Amino acid sequence: MRRILTFRDFDWPLLGVVLILCTVSVLEIYSATLHTKYSGFHTKQLAWIIGGLVAMFLFSKIDYHKLIDFIPWAYGVSLVSLVAVKLVGSKVLGARRWIKIGPMHFQPSEWVKLILILAVARYFANLGGRRLTWVDIAKAFGLVGIPMLLVLIQPDMGTALTYTPILVAGLFLGGINIRQSVILITAGTVLVAGAWSSGKVLKPYQKARLTSFINPGDDPKGSGYQIRQSLIAVGSGGIWGKGAAKGTQTQGDFLPIPHADFIFAAFGEEHGFVGAVFVLLLYFFILMRLIQNAQTAADLSGSLIIMGVVAVLTFQIAVNVGMVIGFMPVTGIPLPLMSYGGSSVLFTFLALGAAMNVRMRRFVN
Amino acid sequence: MYSPTGTRGEKLPTLKLTVVQYGILLMMLALAAGLWRLQVLRVDDFRMQAEQNRIRKVPVLAARGKLFDRENRLIVDNYPSVSCFLLREQVKNLDADLPIIARGLDIDLEQLRSTLRRYRAAPGYQPIPIKQDITADEQAFIEAHRNELPELETIGEERRLYPRDGFAAHLIGYVGEVSEEMLNDTRYAAYEPGDVVGKAGVEETYDQLLRGQDGSRDVIVDSHGREVGYLRTQHATPGQDLKLTIDIDLQRTAELALGDANGAVIAMDPRNGEILAMVSHPSYDPNAFAVRINRVDWNQLITNPNHPLMNKAIQDQLAPGSTFKIIMSAAGLQEGVAQNMRVNCAGGGNFYGRFFHCDHHHGLLTIHEAIPMSCDTFFYTLAQRLGIDTIARYATSFGLASKTGIDLPNEMAGIMPSTQWEMKNYHQKYYAGNTISVGIGQGETQVTPLQLARALGGIASNGHMVRPHVVAYDQIPAEFRQAVQDSFPGSGEKTVPLDPETWTTITDGMAAATTPGLYHTAEAAHMDGIDFAGKTGTAQVVGTGDTHTKGGAKTPNSWFVGMVPRRNPEIVIAVLQEHGDWGSLSAKAAVQIITTYVNKKRMQDKNVLDQASTPKPVEVGAVWSDPPSSGLARAARPDTAIHAGHFFLDPAALPSPTAMASGLSLPAWVFNTPLRFKEDQP
Repeated sequence: MRRILTFRDFDWPLLGVVLILCTVSVLEIYSATLHTKYSGFHTKQLAWIIGGLVAMFLFSKIDYHKLIDFIPWAYGVSLVSLVAVKLVGSKVLGARRWIKIGPMHFQPSEWVKLILILAVARYFANLGGRRLTWVDIAKAFGLVGIPMLLVLIQPDMGTALTYTPILVAGLFLGGINIRQSVILITAGTVLVAGAWSSGKVLKPYQKARLTSFINPGDDPKGSGYQIRQSLIAVGSGGIWGKGAAKGTQTQGDFLPIPHADFIFAAFGEEHGFVGAVFVLLLYFFILMRLIQNAQTAADLSGSLIIMGVVAVLTFQIAVNVGMVIGFMPVTGIPLPLMSYGGSSVLFTFLALGAAMNVRMRRFVN
Repeated sequence: MYSPTGTRGEKLPTLKLTVVQYGILLMMLALAAGLWRLQVLRVDDFRMQAEQNRIRKVPVLAARGKLFDRENRLIVDNYPSVSCFLLREQVKNLDADLPIIARGLDIDLEQLRSTLRRYRAAPGYQPIPIKQDITADEQAFIEAHRNELPELETIGEERRLYPRDGFAAHLIGYVGEVSEEMLNDTRYAAYEPGDVVGKAGVEETYDQLLRGQDGSRDVIVDSHGREVGYLRTQHATPGQDLKLTIDIDLQRTAELALGDANGAVIAMDPRNGEILAMVSHPSYDPNAFAVRINRVDWNQLITNPNHPLMNKAIQDQLAPGSTFKIIMSAAGLQEGVAQNMRVNCAGGGNFYGRFFHCDHHHGLLTIHEAIPMSCDTFFYTLAQRLGIDTIARYATSFGLASKTGIDLPNEMAGIMPSTQWEMKNYHQKYYAGNTISVGIGQGETQVTPLQLARALGGIASNGHMVRPHVVAYDQIPAEFRQAVQDSFPGSGEKTVPLDPETWTTITDGMAAATTPGLYHTAEAAHMDGIDFAGKTGTAQVVGTGDTHTKGGAKTPNSWFVGMVPRRNPEIVIAVLQEHGDWGSLSAKAAVQIITTYVNKKRMQDKNVLDQASTPKPVEVGAVWSDPPSSGLARAARPDTAIHAGHFFLDPAALPSPTAMASGLSLPAWVFNTPLRFKEDQP
């Protein structure tokens, strides 16, 4: 019944597309940081990608069922680490997000994402696809809500927001019915509106960031500055772009953090509509491929793991690209596989490793 | 090992996965549509914004044209100076930097803020001038803070350097930053905020010629304002230099002659209207305006009761006093009234039931005595005979009550009363008794020194009136000259036909005034051997009760209009000293200017080189001769010899004035007769 696992079952086409995106990312980071103090970050990114690939292969070797069994422990540890980061973490730009271990800085909120994907998958798989009771739903909310609150008080609104698609995907695929979802959406809307107007939940700068994307012209020097520069970068790229390392917005340092959060704007400026749509197509392929893997997964928990990964990736792509083109507020959510950043790269590769893991064991039964 | 958890066999419903797939597709399409909107539909807009982002226009300022006097001596120069500009796009939180900038550059913080407010509407890439003519220390501050304050930019430019002592300040004018009100004016449509513009005098009238054309340089910058490269440079075209008609020597003499008196001096060539000197006192230092003038200085200038900013030569409107008698004489003689009048002056006379005073008991006199003696009684009588409207007709034909059309801004027109004027302004009939006062230049009549110089100089030139101007005509393009004349309409060039008798009587009368004789008003102004003619005026202020203390509030205004030579003069001078007491005192100032003028001419006449290059023609009808053929110096010895030359003459040997009249009606022999004065050969 059990087969010897080989890497022949690895999803090579998926990995190929991922590597194409990584190449694009490294090249664009090189171009965007050419004349800045970040110059040379593309090699660091390359190192992170290689590290990520190794982590992914290792991660895919461990049977995901084992991982799921191990999850309650991991979940506990992640809560502790989130509390720890609040207490002993190093403060960067007014937020305690990082824990320093030796020479490395870790952002626990990043890998808590992975734990949550597995935890939610385990939770709903255990429910077995049966009709959800309100108690089930409340437990799911608690499962995601507690770490989310801990991240929110760091404060790191962006990462906290990425936890929501995990919950939403879990609820949607885990068997929530229409009536329940309508009630939840209504309640959520009311809550969000209440929290917004009470003024206690969100700090003013967070509010400003959330609204300035609607009208960046209102405050071109303040919170709207980044959006405006991003729009100019993307818009001035035109159909074919200005060419690699020739984007005036990127090279002139007008575009904020063009190698990280705004890398898509830098890419859009230098490679135009054609290049940007090409990247979107790569993402689309990756997501579709993942969903296909979810369909062929051996069991519900496997499917749910992959769909959790799909939910997080989709959310990040939508919010980041949406931010770059002025559809969404500036939230500091990186673009997976493109943006520079070790935690982000590692998470993405581990998440992909989880998906590979599931795919490799699709014939186990 | 793996332990079953009861989830085996369960599968995700395919329908839900399909929904997710379509959801993702929809999202991707939305993002692609967003990209399409930005990169295809609005690409031009964003391309332009990207260009504005990275290209900074740095102005290359044009040097303003210099001003020279009629002999090409420099009057107004430029000096290199550094200005500080602020580039708004280079900083995100400008407000936080403002106090530092204000401290470092020694600017009032509020003033800096208001400067920025004024530029709110200007495009973001346009630099804002925040301080001009910064010191070396301030320049060092900017250099030292390049990284912290990248928004500060310095630009070298040429600034105006005016004569320090207020020399000819009213004529030259001054420059300053263009004001908001001016920018709203269509005349200044081509100007932008921050431009330097002429605000008075020649600087204002000829601003378009003087200012040149600013260039600009497109500099590529990064988001910190660091210059990365240049795109293109459009060079500045410097302004045109202008040659003024004034003569520095005469101007200096005039400034000194007027001293600290409150008044004005005009010296004009009545043959062509060139202003040789124009003084208005008190003066001001135009350099104070070259950078923004500070509030205290400005308040001092505008509240000073002596009106230092007013160009009294063209703006001061006062009763002409006895100088008006020349116009009265012209009217009386032309009307055929004055020739036959014999008036017995008994210290005044009764007119319209009231006694009008005269300064002396002149006894029985004709117009020949009345002009040099300035007998009021005679002119009361003449005024009564002529009536106000005849007087007004002649006065206005000589240019009173209208601007002369000089090429300087804000000239005043003056007033000449008449029945029509009375009706228009007071809606009543003219009271004939007022005519008597008008006859001696009192009453409601108001003239400017320039009008008086033009009118009396014109009468002495046989009725040929000119358009005064301060910039040499050959310096300016014809169309610009026309535009200036159109924007300063006035009496302009005009000839009032005069009878030869009128001409000789008046000019001889004025010449007699400056020669010693009983009751001759300007005998103190006599200059031996110089054909000097003139007329004094002692114009009462505010009713009667003169207090003859110089500068007192009730002290009369002192006028003098003089010319050399008496007929077809080369130079006419009008001197006004407000509350300066007797007109004879102003005559002394005129004498100083004439002396300078004559001495200068004499030296030029002796200049062998000068004569060799420019042989001077014999001018028909003039009271001068051709230059001495030998070119050797001849000392002026008025006691023994009356010399040939421009100003030396033997009054007894005066040729018939008819010969000097306009040649149109004269027979040909007139022109064949040598019209020079014979030199007395020893």
